[in-house]
Amino acid sequence: MLKQQDLIFSNLYGEESWSLKSAKLRGDWNGTKDFISKGQEWLIEQVKASGLRGRGGAGFSTGTKWSFMPKNSSKPHYLIVNADESEPGTCKDRDILRNEPHKLLEGTALASCAIGAHVAYIYIRGEYFREAEILQAAIDEAYDAGFFGKKSEKTIGWNLDVYLHRGAGAYICGEESALMESLEGKKGFPRLKPPFPAQSGLYNSPTTINNVESIAVVPAILRRSTSWFSSLGRPNNSGTKIFCISGHVNKPCNVEEEMGIPLRELIDKHAGGVRGGWDNLKAVIPGGSSVPLLPKSICDEVLMDFDSLATAQSGLGTAAVIVMDKSTDVIKAIARLSKFYMHESCGQCSPCREGTGWMWRMMERLVKGQAEITDIDLLQQVSKQIEGHTICAFGDAAAWPVQGLIRHFRHEIEARILKAVA
Amino acid sequence: MVKLVIDDQEIEVEAGTSILKACEALKKEIPVFCYHPKLKVAGNCRMCLVEVDKSSKPIASCVTPVAEGMVVHTKTPMVDDARKGVLELLLINHPLDCPICDQGGECDLQDLTLNYGSGNSRYKFYKRAVSNKYMGPFIKTVMNRCIHCTRCVRFATEIAGVQEIGTHGRGEHTEIISYLDKAVSSELSGNMIDICPVGALTNKPYAFHGRPWELQHTDSIDVLDAVGSNIRIDVRDSEVLRILPRINEDINEEWISDKTRFAYDGLSCQRLDKPYIRKNGKLIACSWDEAFDAISKKIAKTNPSEIAALAGDLVDQESQLALRMLLDAMGVKNRDCRTDGAMIPYDHRSNYLFNSTIKNIENADVILLIGCNPRHEATMVNARLRKAVTQNNCTIGLIGEQVDLTYPYQFLNDDPSVLGEIAKGSHPFSKLLKSAKNPVLILGTSCFLNASSTSILYQTNELHKKFGAQVNVLHTAAGRVGGLDVGFVPVSDGKDFHQILESTITSDIKILYLLNVDIDTDFADAFVIYQGHHGDKGAHRADVILPGAAYTEKVATYVNMEGKSQQTNQALLPPVEMQKKIGKSSEPYLKR
Repeated sequence: MLKQQDLIFSNLYGEESWSLKSAKLRGDWNGTKDFISKGQEWLIEQVKASGLRGRGGAGFSTGTKWSFMPKNSSKPHYLIVNADESEPGTCKDRDILRNEPHKLLEGTALASCAIGAHVAYIYIRGEYFREAEILQAAIDEAYDAGFFGKKSEKTIGWNLDVYLHRGAGAYICGEESALMESLEGKKGFPRLKPPFPAQSGLYNSPTTINNVESIAVVPAILRRSTSWFSSLGRPNNSGTKIFCISGHVNKPCNVEEEMGIPLRELIDKHAGGVRGGWDNLKAVIPGGSSVPLLPKSICDEVLMDFDSLATAQSGLGTAAVIVMDKSTDVIKAIARLSKFYMHESCGQCSPCREGTGWMWRMMERLVKGQAEITDIDLLQQVSKQIEGHTICAFGDAAAWPVQGLIRHFRHEIEARILKAVA
Repeated sequence: MVKLVIDDQEIEVEAGTSILKACEALKKEIPVFCYHPKLKVAGNCRMCLVEVDKSSKPIASCVTPVAEGMVVHTKTPMVDDARKGVLELLLINHPLDCPICDQGGECDLQDLTLNYGSGNSRYKFYKRAVSNKYMGPFIKTVMNRCIHCTRCVRFATEIAGVQEIGTHGRGEHTEIISYLDKAVSSELSGNMIDICPVGALTNKPYAFHGRPWELQHTDSIDVLDAVGSNIRIDVRDSEVLRILPRINEDINEEWISDKTRFAYDGLSCQRLDKPYIRKNGKLIACSWDEAFDAISKKIAKTNPSEIAALAGDLVDQESQLALRMLLDAMGVKNRDCRTDGAMIPYDHRSNYLFNSTIKNIENADVILLIGCNPRHEATMVNARLRKAVTQNNCTIGLIGEQVDLTYPYQFLNDDPSVLGEIAKGSHPFSKLLKSAKNPVLILGTSCFLNASSTSILYQTNELHKKFGAQVNVLHTAAGRVGGLDVGFVPVSDGKDFHQILESTITSDIKILYLLNVDIDTDFADAFVIYQGHHGDKGAHRADVILPGAAYTEKVATYVNMEGKSQQTNQALLPPVEMQKKIGKSSEPYLKR
């Protein structure tokens, strides 16, 4: 369990004010100029050495991502902070945005310097209205304090402007390239890769795009040393992580914990345990709606980090732990997710546009048991026709929950079909 | 250069080439829907997936550039499954109404399903229904059939330059719509019918008229403007059912204008099918012999200096040459082919040609348009101009009427006197011309219409000398360059077009031979011989009418504005009476 002194987001629950004054007491914006004065290379090296992996879901090394930015480019560089947190079950960035905005803003300044960007955009989910108000107020405070804007060159040693942009409510705009399209004022359609954002991103210029949490932990890494950060968690899965525990637990919560904490310990210690006790657990979706669920047998042992969950054929994703106890109709739960993915598919590529609707309709039949046993295989095949055949990872995200359901709860689907027939 | 292996065959291609193009170079067929070589890559249909070693997922070949040492497989179970899967998904919401679909027989979805599909559907739910959209009088829409490849959207945005079509909605509810359900205001809209890979956008005038396998195809040339677009005429029985573009990268690429595509319906209306002669003020059908008799009698009584001939916009080179030789033999000096009144100089061929060539417009960096509206006068040239702007960052200046040309331009003035300032160097545009590597001037025919034409020509010549700008004439008539080439122009002191018109009023011209000329003039009491294929103004005024064949009905040469000779082919026979005349000489009637 994470020690109190190792917490990065000490005001995660908003017990203190989010304001600059209060944030400074917590250590934010302290010595930012010194870090920046050590140069871009140093910043990238530090983040690389810390082993920080992107907190948005894919878990790509943040330092490595930064190092992809071209060194000699005539075009402006951009940093985008992805605050379009829309993955069902996930609300970790929300608490950072409303309670620790200055951690994010300081991280933004450091990351901008590391990648050579003088303009940073924060793309916030449209529904986060109050959070956007607070974040904008925090940005204004930072401007007034001279951290951003004309005086920033002097104050923090790096000329930087930060703009907040509110999304309009599309899940797909959390995908990095769709986000850039949206930011440019176009329809949120994911872009083809290559070119990757580091070569040609926002306005065809080199761009780095990071999740809120990845950016917000950077100041702490620099301040407390990379070895401190990498000592937490397990090798290749270092640091702390905010877990969002929801569903059938006694005390749903957001909590910052060490990477690699056993799932059972996480739920028992922080969320007051599963409703009706651990044995009442049916399944857990460990990383937000798009990762395959895990049945209780796996939940007993699994550790909450990227590699361990990948081995269990799931993923850490955004670390949104959705707990389902035995009262859950797990088929219906996944059918609801399928409906979500059908609704949110952008409609650009054929497999996802057509396939998500097909999957949802089949799921609805399975919920009622009005299907044949062979339909389960058909559903599996359709999900495989979508997975990996699309421009962005949305197709995979739509297919995985269904595949997870069939993998672990096929017996339940079959039983329901047989019952309906009888 | 990059080396890669495709299906065990090694190939070397330029860096940056897509896998799809490399496959095409090896003649490997990759099925596609959204990919079109002339449009930006969208990569959304996912039909072109191929397997690449070291990649766990199949890769979209249309978007992925080749890499050194890449090993590509186009025929593996993974690729087959991916294609089959994509096709099945595309078809779940496709109505499969092929028997009543005009695209049937030339449908990409049909063909690819036959070659790569699974043959049956496992989808047991209701199909999506989409309301049809209005896209103007030429495009029929059946949006249920749409597979959302966005080719039409990209064509409208990139090539036609009108942002009036887009995708609306999300996921399954995605629809292709036109802006506010208005007609697409592009003169290139018909091309969307061609690029639509399914039957969502079809040819409205051709709807339910024929099946592609019933049609006889004839390669030919368009004559409705001076571009000389390459076309294919599709005929069933004795009727032209549709006109399609043929690829000619130098002229029309693979597009044609709506005028070229849809004007064929006029070929069956108001045709002159037999000779006519005016008796007691009325035109009465007669035999060829009667007509020729009347003409030769009249000519015999008239002095050659009182005879004149004009050749119209649609006349092929052979006809103009034949009439010129006839006039030469008779000693007639009054003749002109410039019947739009634009007194284009003909002393040197380069003075009346589009010298830069249409293709090279793409490479121009500064273009000055003078007195022309290429969007309507030469649509395919306008498409190239747009390409120069969008792909070569070309700056375009316009002197003349300020109109929407589908691309941004600098409006200099509507008074040609601004040319003097540019030539002197006192105008900001001179700087642009000076710094340009490849400056081009394009003169519209309106530059030659009135008294200011001499000054315009002088100034353009100055610009040519000063900035090395190539001077081009943007012709509007298919027959013009051919006519100028064969010398269908006044001989020495012969009268030109304007003088001929004046002389008919003063009765100095007694016989006027109109070769397909339809102008709104009375010609006073002159004896008018009209030779042409349509009963238009010229025929209404005529004293003798000799019917002729239209461009779809003859093998004839047309020279386009660049000076390129091209031949039309006979797609069908001319009207009945006409056929009797073919091969019969008019010589005995015209001997003096």
